[in-house]
Amino acid sequence: MPQYQQNGMAIWRKRTTGQSMLRWIGWLIGVAIFIACWQKISETTTWFFVWDSPRIADDIWSRATPPRWEYISQLGRPIWDTLNIATMGTLLALCMAVPIAFLAARNTTPSSILVRPFALLVIVSTRSINSLIWALLLIAIIGPGVFAGIMAIAIRSIGFCAKLLYEAIEEIDPNQVEAINATGASRLQVMVYGIVPQILPAFAGIAVFRWDINIRESTVLGLVGAGGIGLQLSASLNVLAWPQVSLILIVILVAVVISEWISAKVRGAII
Amino acid sequence: MSDAALKHVLGQPWRKPKFVKSDWLRRFIYVGAITYFIAALTTIEVDWVRVYEGLDRGKQFVLAFTNPDFGSRASDIWDGLVESIVMTVSASVVGVIISIPIGLGAARNIAPLPVYLVCRAIVAISRALQEIIVAILLVAIFGFGPLAGFLTLSFATIGFLSKLLAEDIEAMDKTQAEAIKASGARWIQWINYGVQPQVMPRLIGLSIYRVDINFRESAILGLVGAGGIGATLNTAFDRYEYDTAAAILLLIILIVMSLEYISGLVRSRVQ
Repeated sequence: MPQYQQNGMAIWRKRTTGQSMLRWIGWLIGVAIFIACWQKISETTTWFFVWDSPRIADDIWSRATPPRWEYISQLGRPIWDTLNIATMGTLLALCMAVPIAFLAARNTTPSSILVRPFALLVIVSTRSINSLIWALLLIAIIGPGVFAGIMAIAIRSIGFCAKLLYEAIEEIDPNQVEAINATGASRLQVMVYGIVPQILPAFAGIAVFRWDINIRESTVLGLVGAGGIGLQLSASLNVLAWPQVSLILIVILVAVVISEWISAKVRGAII
Repeated sequence: MSDAALKHVLGQPWRKPKFVKSDWLRRFIYVGAITYFIAALTTIEVDWVRVYEGLDRGKQFVLAFTNPDFGSRASDIWDGLVESIVMTVSASVVGVIISIPIGLGAARNIAPLPVYLVCRAIVAISRALQEIIVAILLVAIFGFGPLAGFLTLSFATIGFLSKLLAEDIEAMDKTQAEAIKASGARWIQWINYGVQPQVMPRLIGLSIYRVDINFRESAILGLVGAGGIGATLNTAFDRYEYDTAAAILLLIILIVMSLEYISGLVRSRVQ
């Protein structure tokens, strides 16, 4: 136990001298890195704009209020598009995520050397890239519009859904699978009667959870041209129509809150 | 023996239990889903000719992944990556530091009601607004550059971390905290010795996880002018330089993967 001597008495300490030295050096390096980073940001910042920012913020606020409420009549279609992008994207993603999850789970994969790494690669690469970047890419390939948005959401969601799903598959109770196996069921029957009932609640929960996130993400996909309410947002921003921007932001906020409420309700009912 | 009599002897055959138990709810879901599908599919406009034309470009892009070009735009990519990393690091540090007091305030068993309500409101606002929308507003206020991105990420970190920290504090073991209080500790000592040791492992884990998320988000903030690799990526797409875009995407995936690996290691060590 680390201790030091004082007036012939051993006094307890939490760490030895070496340990506290190491910690001190660690903190020093951490603080130095942070200061270096801050310096870098500070160099590229026009500080005049920052000092001027309260005035600008005040200016924008006074332009943006009150919101232009009558503009909402033009938002019906974009909201419907946004909902479609999120829902269809989620459904497409689930269709692709289920087989990938079965290929990636240790207990169901046909080959853990050949197939599993490939499935994991799909999961990691689709998950690491944000849906906005996918949208950017798809717009360059298949042109702007709702379809690009749906595909972007779908691709982004594959990794997320497949990861959660394969973890659920790996945690199933093997006894049930064995019991079905013992009745002489085929591979497909084992899957349908032994595995699927065990992961169905998790699957439904993941689907609703991802749908909620996708509503959020699809509201901004329009910023790069992939349809939905974001298109209106970027159009309004481009012409500096701040009252319309504030109305759109309110609509997006309401949509996000409603979708979160629905997803919480459904997940509460399932679990 | 007639059919009915046979059924009487054998009893009802076993049927797979339905996932949604209530009969009318299941029918309602089916009917609703089908109506929605029809409505959605008839309103989504897909320009199949354009999509077909795009397939060729899609093939080029996929091929670009086999031959990514790190070289010709190396300095732009390097600058963008450094800026992303700088933003991630400083925003994570500042975000964590600010979110600790707010997290304490948002835990009902520690904070008095007025403080609780204020902190919960901050958390709710920060969570409801997406990063990209916050970034647009902050770019309008503070000008282009990584400062806006840094502020956006810090703001988002506060919502995420404070909420999870508060939930963890609310779920902590009361007896330990009470024991410290009974020894006559002041409030700050009570937090330091009674609460902090209980939530520290989770706080470290969540902070590391947030670094990972912040890097992913920093990759898109450049699309709206808030600094980072996103701007470089956007330019590459606009100029149809797929090989450079592929190189950037590969770098993002690589960094995200290694961050995820590190955060997994750290979390398994502290928890």
